Amino acid sequence: MSIPVLLFASYADAFGARRLDVPLDAPCQVADLVRVIRSMPGGDRLPAAPLVAVNRTWVREGAAVQVGDEVALIPPVAGG
Amino acid sequence: MTVPESVVLHVAIVTGPIDVSALLSRAQAPGVGAVSLFLGTVRDLNDGRPVSGMEYEAYESMAESELRAIAHETCGRIAGLRLVVEHRVGALDIGEASVAIVAAHAHRAQAMDGARDVIEALKRRVPIWKREHYVSGDREWIDPTTVTA
Repeated sequence: MSIPVLLFASYADAFGARRLDVPLDAPCQVADLVRVIRSMPGGDRLPAAPLVAVNRTWVREGAAVQVGDEVALIPPVAGG
Repeated sequence: MTVPESVVLHVAIVTGPIDVSALLSRAQAPGVGAVSLFLGTVRDLNDGRPVSGMEYEAYESMAESELRAIAHETCGRIAGLRLVVEHRVGALDIGEASVAIVAAHAHRAQAMDGARDVIEALKRRVPIWKREHYVSGDREWIDPTTVTA
């Protein structure tokens, strides 16, 4: 099983992809997911606690990720 | 006197030029006595580096829902506010508008507060990123947590 994670902007550049399939079983916690992503090639360019959204809502690292959730790793926002 | 209900008239992430006149028209109503317009535009210099253009990227579905949430929260705080918000994505030239916020109200203080509240929350919460293209040919994603722009 793996969990798809959306990437944008500088994070997409870091991994050379706009989507990662993270080798982890759901349900899990956001913090577990981030730990595995940071160990993947390019993951050293992520901060220790990047912003994460699940189903288009901001979540904290203790939040749960379920099968079928839309998970996104969010670089520091810079709109406007 | 009854204060009219606040209303979020229009919120969108767009890929083409922002039509400011059209947005201003949307906000008009007979009870409006003040219209505050905020435009964010692409400037030609950042941190001393000449900029040739800007590229905006969004997590579009979340950006639109966050913008909509911000607009509704702002309308919840300011009774009688009429809001119109658009943010553009894609490649923009110097001087073009990346974001437009129209806040209309019977009175100026509420109109100006409404526009300011939306842009400040947008900058904190909406998943949109910008990459500056420099005259030198370099390109860099802007990280507001490391610069004071």
